[in-house]
Amino acid sequence: MHRRLFPVLSGLSLCFFLVAPVLIVGAPYESTMGLVQKIFYFHFPAWMAMFLAIFILGISSGVYLFRRKPSADRLAVAAAELAVVFGLMGLITGPLWGIKAWGVWWQWDARLTMAVVLELILVAYLLLRQYGGAGSDRLAAGLGLFAMANVPFLYISTEIWRTVHPRTSVVPTLPVDFGVPLWWSLVGFIVLCLSLLSVRCRLEEQRAMLDQLYLAVEEE
Amino acid sequence: MWEKRRLSVVGLGLVVLLLISGDILGAAQPTEAAQDGFVPMGEIPPEDQLPAAPLLVAAYAIVWALAIGYLWTIWRRLAEVEKELADVARRVEERESVPENG
Repeated sequence: MHRRLFPVLSGLSLCFFLVAPVLIVGAPYESTMGLVQKIFYFHFPAWMAMFLAIFILGISSGVYLFRRKPSADRLAVAAAELAVVFGLMGLITGPLWGIKAWGVWWQWDARLTMAVVLELILVAYLLLRQYGGAGSDRLAAGLGLFAMANVPFLYISTEIWRTVHPRTSVVPTLPVDFGVPLWWSLVGFIVLCLSLLSVRCRLEEQRAMLDQLYLAVEEE
Repeated sequence: MWEKRRLSVVGLGLVVLLLISGDILGAAQPTEAAQDGFVPMGEIPPEDQLPAAPLLVAAYAIVWALAIGYLWTIWRRLAEVEKELADVARRVEERESVPENG
């Protein structure tokens, strides 16, 4: 990844994040949930950023498995870590909304359980990369593809099963007053995700360079 | 004779005790008729309501904290790797320069 990409993307995401609260405060209150519904403007984009990171993880894992490109593997590791971070944002902001809207922090229904399982798959990916030893990169790549395959099921889970979670089909039909802060936040989260990905990739590149240097020293 | 009198005093005492306790228990009972089911309420009392604002602020603060915290961990790791990289590169340079000098 280019060095110049991070300052540009981080500056852009900062702009989005500074303006987002103004738009969110100006958005109307939802009739049944009231003020707490505004958590949605950060909760939904956090999941979307996680899905983006998982798609990057899945595609780069596939490229690494079939073409053996080390750069694809480095991108996969960076994306997996980001997916865990954004997933954590979604898993924390959800119950903060749930305690007010449902009266409980958590419900083990299909949607919420699938979200936890997906987060655990990503944590498993990182643990495998950290402690798996030789050959774990290819095993982890398979796990990355598996994580990507889970995303569509998670997204449509509220349409298939009866869950307490609001349906995802409400998002495209949102009135403009609700839609503007949501899409603004979503773009902010996507830019933040790409910005963090660029700097995280740089870390992987530097690590790869260090490994090569150690190998060169040992060969001498 | 004394036994009979003692028994009647104890019996009288028990009756008085029962009457008093009945009074006390009666006072503790609700005066309204028992409800057969749940009765809907127009509005939740303020003491039962969860405030939404702290939850909203907490959600946004956690998102910011996670993003900034994660960026900080990347910078820290990057600084460590770059330092190690510079060390190893310097050692390689030193090793390469030894035969030339010797």
